Amino acid sequence: MTAYIIRRLWQMIPTMLGVILLVFVLFNWVGGDPAYVLAGKISNQEQIDNIRRQLGVDQPMWVQLWIFIKQVLTADFGASWSTNEKVGHILATRLGPSLTVLVPLLILETLFAIALSLAVAYVRGSLTDRVVMIVCTVGLSISILVYIIVFQYFFAYKLGWFPVQGWGNGFVENLFVYSALPILIGLTVSIAPSLRLYRTFFLDEINQDYVRTARAKGLSENRIMWVHVLRNASIPIITNLMSSLPGLLLGSFLIERFFSIPGIGREVILAVERSDFPVIKAITVYVAFATMATNLLADLMYKAVDPRVQFK
Amino acid sequence: MTTTTAAPGTPAAGAHAVPHTVSPGLWALGWKRLKSDHVGMVSLAIVAAFIVMMILSGVGLVAGDWSKELGVNYAPPSFIGADIEGGTPAAAGVAPGATAAGGPASSYQSSVVDPLADVLAELRGEAKPAAAAEADAADAGKSVDPLADVMADIKAGAAKAAASGGAPAAAVEARAPTLLLGGDKWGRDVLKKTIKGSQTSIFVGLAAAAVAVFLGTLFGALAGYYGNWVDDLFNWFYAVFSSIPYLLLILAVAAVLQQKGILTIVLILGLTGWTGTFRLIRGEYLKHKAREYVQAADAIGASHARRMFVHIFPNVSHVVLVQLSIYAVGFIKAEVILSFLGFGVPVDVVSWGSMLNEAQNELILGKWWQLAAAGTAMALLVTAFSLFTDALRDALDPKLKGRAGM
Repeated sequence: MTAYIIRRLWQMIPTMLGVILLVFVLFNWVGGDPAYVLAGKISNQEQIDNIRRQLGVDQPMWVQLWIFIKQVLTADFGASWSTNEKVGHILATRLGPSLTVLVPLLILETLFAIALSLAVAYVRGSLTDRVVMIVCTVGLSISILVYIIVFQYFFAYKLGWFPVQGWGNGFVENLFVYSALPILIGLTVSIAPSLRLYRTFFLDEINQDYVRTARAKGLSENRIMWVHVLRNASIPIITNLMSSLPGLLLGSFLIERFFSIPGIGREVILAVERSDFPVIKAITVYVAFATMATNLLADLMYKAVDPRVQFK
Repeated sequence: MTTTTAAPGTPAAGAHAVPHTVSPGLWALGWKRLKSDHVGMVSLAIVAAFIVMMILSGVGLVAGDWSKELGVNYAPPSFIGADIEGGTPAAAGVAPGATAAGGPASSYQSSVVDPLADVLAELRGEAKPAAAAEADAADAGKSVDPLADVMADIKAGAAKAAASGGAPAAAVEARAPTLLLGGDKWGRDVLKKTIKGSQTSIFVGLAAAAVAVFLGTLFGALAGYYGNWVDDLFNWFYAVFSSIPYLLLILAVAAVLQQKGILTIVLILGLTGWTGTFRLIRGEYLKHKAREYVQAADAIGASHARRMFVHIFPNVSHVVLVQLSIYAVGFIKAEVILSFLGFGVPVDVVSWGSMLNEAQNELILGKWWQLAAAGTAMALLVTAFSLFTDALRDALDPKLKGRAGM
């Protein structure tokens, strides 16, 4: 087990180097001279030279690459170009609001999607099943933008059930007042694809022999579905869940933007709008880290769920 | 050399009257299966209709005049009837600004005599400042003042008109009080905008899918066929690209490439999206390269490139087609989001995303029709395209069932 984890961590190094290289090429080479972005419209050569020296852009490429690698290793990406705030501080303060929305969303989404898809898989082929699948397919096709715009307009602006947008100071207030509508929208958008996917996972299991055996020995349908089928279908569900985690952090950027939630996703959009390269670079590197870590975590969870899984 | 599905009987073969049955090829079988799938055929018809619309709009036969102000500002849809309250104040606010600028009607060839033709022409994009102002106004649209946007446009437009010194006299022709699907802030026909917007969105989706699938197929073929260090190299690429979430990668590239344009967004989506196809195609090539027909091709002296693309490729091309279809759906959605955020198409090009961006502010004023039109058109296309993709996948490769892309 420990040997497996160490080997997996070791294998991450080349990938991580690749991510660093990709980000470096993208921002230092394709992106052009950052001094011109920074100096803005009113700039003379002297200023630009100054900025170039400060950023180290006047150094040869390999020195710049080394500077960037050092930044990643020390987790010090410098200061934001637009607000001059430390990038580390920006990310630390933005993580909380993002998680306030995402953690409840993820838990509710997983619970609802598993319960609903188990139910739908149980009545497979029936009218209910078909109607739910059609609703899911159509629901999946409507742009997330339309959901956000319409929900925000109706539930917040028209009916006044929720604040239109904003963010408070207290955690409880944020969770129950400001995050409620964003979570509702997130649920509406994300349940349809999960439901469709999980249903196929359950359908793969429901016709297996062990289900018939369980039924033959007189287990209740509830126990068969919730214990036997669910446990066997949980590996693909975990894969799907874990692989959607890092994307979720950003996937909510539209919601964060619409509701003015000061989270990571909104920060990404702001940074792209302002050409704030240090912030985007830092977020990209960290999220790539997070993706690799969750992949490893998913593999470890397989073992916990299914003792048959062997680590190579 | 290629796997042909020999045409049933040349005249010579017919003369011999040898009862020789040609077993149907993959494509013939797939088409037969697809034809018996009613949902798939209806979806195909809808997708085809959208594509025909895109082409007609692209060559200018349909909706070429989408940017003309045919109706009053925020003209409601015809089935609702003229809305006096909503239309008049904005229109009244516009007229003085235009007349104040004054001048002989000279520089416009619009068939509709329109007091704002010049202003409009500038807003349309020859004058970036005005267009930029429009975007700013849209951004600041959280304000409740219903005329703030309109006023900003008037100011920008009037300043421009004054500078060029040639705004037309107010030879006002009454603009239509209602339009079939309503009008937007400037009274442009929402129906025509939707058609023009679908041209952009569908083109970007299809073109980007083509780029991504081409790259994925090429890389996958090389990695799967050659194996060894080539495989390692491309797998490393794959690991790197797939460890950065797709949308973040797109946004990072959008941040770096400062110029906006349809080509840019096609490249962004295409260059970042090849990983899914790569994984599938690599697997297929790994499987196929050991097969007997490839060994036979080797024996008759076919080169590597020929074995890869003439012998093996036709046998995996159905996977490529399905991938293309899956990607097109994903990219149409992605384009809408990017354009909505302002990282997509330039401001003088209409797409579903930019329509939704305008609609966001219009909804607060109770003008829901642009949102409804763009949202419905997109939902219809994406639903049909997804259903068609499912049908296509089931028809061509039943083994792939259940593999959801993107």
